[in-house]
Amino acid sequence: MPREDYEVVIGLEIHAELKTKTKLFCSCKNEFGGEPNTHCCPVCMAMPGALPVINKTAVEYAVKAGLATGCSIEKNSKNDRKNYFYPDNPRSYQISQYDKPLCNNGFVEIEDEDGNKKKIGILRIHIEDDAGKLNHNEFGGGSLVDLNRAGAPLIEIVSLPDMRSAVEAERYMRKIKSILEYIEVSDCKMQEGSLRADVNVSVHKPGEPFGTRTEMKGMSSFRSIVRAIEYEAQRQIDVIENGGNVYQTTIRWDEISGKTFPMREKENADDYRYFPEPDLAAIRLSDEYIESVRASLPELPESRRERYLKEYNLTEKDARLLTASKYLSNLFEGALEKCGNAKACANWILSDISRILNEKEMEPDQIPFTAEELAKTIELIDKGTISSAIAKKVIEELFENPQDPEVIIKEKGWIQISDEGAIREVVLKIIEANPQSVADYKGGKDRAIGFLVGQAMKETKGKANPGMLNKMFVEELNK
Amino acid sequence: MEITELTVHELQEKLKSKELTVSEITRAYVDRINEKESDVNAFITLLTDEAIEKSKEIEEKINNGEINSELAGIPIGIKDNICTKGIKTTCASKMLENFVSPYDATVMNKINSEGMINLGKLNMDEFAMGSSTEHSAIAKTRNPWNLNTVPGGSSGGSAAAVAANMVPWALGSDTGGSIRQPASLCGVVGLKPTYGLVSRYGLVAFASSLDQIGPITKDVKDSAILLNLLVGHDEKDTTSLDIPKQDYVASLKNDVKGLKIGVPKEFFAEGLNEEVRKSLEKAIEKYKELGAEVEEFSLDIAKYSLAAYYIIACAEASSNLGRFDGIRYGYRTPNYETLEDIFVNSRSEGFGAEVKRRIILGTYVLSSGYYDAYYKKAQQVRTLVKKEFNKAFEKYDVILTPTSPIVAFEAGTKSNNPLEMYLADICTVSVNVAGLPGISIPCGVNSEGMPIGMQLIGKRFEEGKILNAAYTFEQAVKFRKNFKPNFKK
Repeated sequence: MPREDYEVVIGLEIHAELKTKTKLFCSCKNEFGGEPNTHCCPVCMAMPGALPVINKTAVEYAVKAGLATGCSIEKNSKNDRKNYFYPDNPRSYQISQYDKPLCNNGFVEIEDEDGNKKKIGILRIHIEDDAGKLNHNEFGGGSLVDLNRAGAPLIEIVSLPDMRSAVEAERYMRKIKSILEYIEVSDCKMQEGSLRADVNVSVHKPGEPFGTRTEMKGMSSFRSIVRAIEYEAQRQIDVIENGGNVYQTTIRWDEISGKTFPMREKENADDYRYFPEPDLAAIRLSDEYIESVRASLPELPESRRERYLKEYNLTEKDARLLTASKYLSNLFEGALEKCGNAKACANWILSDISRILNEKEMEPDQIPFTAEELAKTIELIDKGTISSAIAKKVIEELFENPQDPEVIIKEKGWIQISDEGAIREVVLKIIEANPQSVADYKGGKDRAIGFLVGQAMKETKGKANPGMLNKMFVEELNK
Repeated sequence: MEITELTVHELQEKLKSKELTVSEITRAYVDRINEKESDVNAFITLLTDEAIEKSKEIEEKINNGEINSELAGIPIGIKDNICTKGIKTTCASKMLENFVSPYDATVMNKINSEGMINLGKLNMDEFAMGSSTEHSAIAKTRNPWNLNTVPGGSSGGSAAAVAANMVPWALGSDTGGSIRQPASLCGVVGLKPTYGLVSRYGLVAFASSLDQIGPITKDVKDSAILLNLLVGHDEKDTTSLDIPKQDYVASLKNDVKGLKIGVPKEFFAEGLNEEVRKSLEKAIEKYKELGAEVEEFSLDIAKYSLAAYYIIACAEASSNLGRFDGIRYGYRTPNYETLEDIFVNSRSEGFGAEVKRRIILGTYVLSSGYYDAYYKKAQQVRTLVKKEFNKAFEKYDVILTPTSPIVAFEAGTKSNNPLEMYLADICTVSVNVAGLPGISIPCGVNSEGMPIGMQLIGKRFEEGKILNAAYTFEQAVKFRKNFKPNFKK
């Protein structure tokens, strides 16, 4: 039976590491990397007798995330222990939140595949601490525990099973990433694992109840999320079509083979024996506190988009694409402030810069150059120092070796030729070499000029001033 | 004058009047330890050499005016579940037999900054689970009043060391009676403060919502002195409360006229030893003589406290003791091939039977499908216990009960019957369940000369009231003057 006869249902549990200065329950640095076991203390190493103290900034960040996603904030929240044994879990319990998360019942808006607006529900957002890291067969063999990350603050954002395709799941996750970046509570560096998702997938025939779901844990790239969902949905459909059953299990996505595999079956379901954390007082938040956090929220993508439409006359699509990422949007605003050319800033970001990001499989936060450098490139075009053809090369160069565009064009010898004598020389040379085009032009085919200009640009490696070329070809040919 | 017979406030006077020096005091205690420790076995780690060194250092500092504390040079013993930097903290468990804490508990910081002298780490039931100190994996502590009997527990080493004059006072910890019950069995004073009065940072957790550190002393005034030092909000323990400091010594007025004492009849029901009952009745008469108003009342909920206590304490313990997994510190089995082997074998070999029993119990009551029937129900009972006590304190200033239904029992007679052992806590657990302060003071001896303890329970943060009530009684009956342990074999 073809795929269209099934509906795919996807829910995401997104874990985002909060960028607080210190860990969730102690004053150790909350930093990625570092020599193993150098960012730890008795509390995050779970030495006997050590007690947790909650990081108030982490609570504030979680509340921010809740407010930015339309959640209601729980005024009487608490922490709970989730008990399980694993070497990267030094207390043998994670301090999480079970039945009273900080945030409940929010949503974000995405576009579905037909371009219609669609709300994706958020069930809850809670805070919890991260585990350490196991190093296998490094540092001379065996398995070693690194507790630098143990106790780092996380929020878990649990969606409703509202997504119906891999594309929707990707858009939802991008939206969440964008919001968290805007409100500056997480760096969302997927390559460092500071944003990752557990993906739940099930399939069912329309009109029938939801199917049994499987879960893929710790997915940390958009590409693998999309591929994994598509593969897993098809696998489940095949299982059902062949008369089998889908079982509720955790499965593992293998990036290399592009397949999912069931994890080792456990005899019993996990029982985390949640109970209220007796070492921490309940988290009580006043209305005043919640309102003060709300007041501190920065401008969110939606309102930025509207502003771009009004103030800069951008198209709906351009405004949406620019504001989808805080980094693109900030690049736009930063460059605009310097060069004043909104249209050009938007165009360069959405065309060449976005294309290069795509080709390099980079995220906007990895753009290596500054808004000032982009603005300068645009100014150089506006002043006629370089052509837009050269500007494309400048942008590419900015990705490779970011520095002052003026230095780039000087070093590369890309300064536009605007010297009349030099240009006339090229024009004459091209006319000489292309008698057929000259004849075409004289025979009334104006378009032949374009070909000749193109040839001249090629000859000068794009450095000739295209306006002057045009003008001079017309002059010479009409002599 | 026998130096080790003196209370701390007496030592302080003699230091002030220069009748004694710090090094003389420490020397006397070290000599006493050398004399009695082989009989009593109160210590897990002895620090006698270090103490003598330290006493010289402190003495010099006092002479040079570098320290100006009335507690400088006063020796102390520390229960071995309180973390001491650079000194082993074993919890009397094979699991932590060689564990050295990298940091000091908050109470140790206080003790050290006063210039007090740590004589050693004291024996206890493994991870503070037990009522006889027989569950120690390391030493068998005996009761100085009769060396065939147990000192009670879990702070049995602390109580026995104080009773034997091997330390002038000691720190214990109390989760369900672990300070008061051994104090009662050893004829000394033991105070469990209100939950949240003393920082738990650095106390190896047994049951986080019940544990409190407190003093075990020779008399009530010493308890007040040590409590003055221990209390205070600690930013490292968010369950420690930020309340105005009181002077507990100043609350000792030697006057109980008009004090309303409630006596809950449920604590005097079956199971209470006849001699204990008689001694308590005599104490009640004494209070009346002293001008207190004593009234019997019913604290019906108390009988459910023990069940609720064992569910909550074991549940928390099952989680708290998870960190002893053989990975980062403590005992690791030599017998493993897989990760699971490390966990299972380290814990099976490292923990004793009672600890394992409670971990299993606690794991069970938190399991899905059982949580509501046990843990949640126990928390509901806990709320009711608090309410009942609150109601009683609308009427009474202090509640008076026995500390233990029986006197010290012979070693080995209960250690194979966990349920019978659990009953030893029947008079004390409700105080922890309700988070209240409780003190045990000796009120007499039985026909065999074994001490009997009386428990006074107060309202939250009203340590001053129970200390005064205990002090007034103590001044009237002069137990220490009339009875002394004789190390009978």
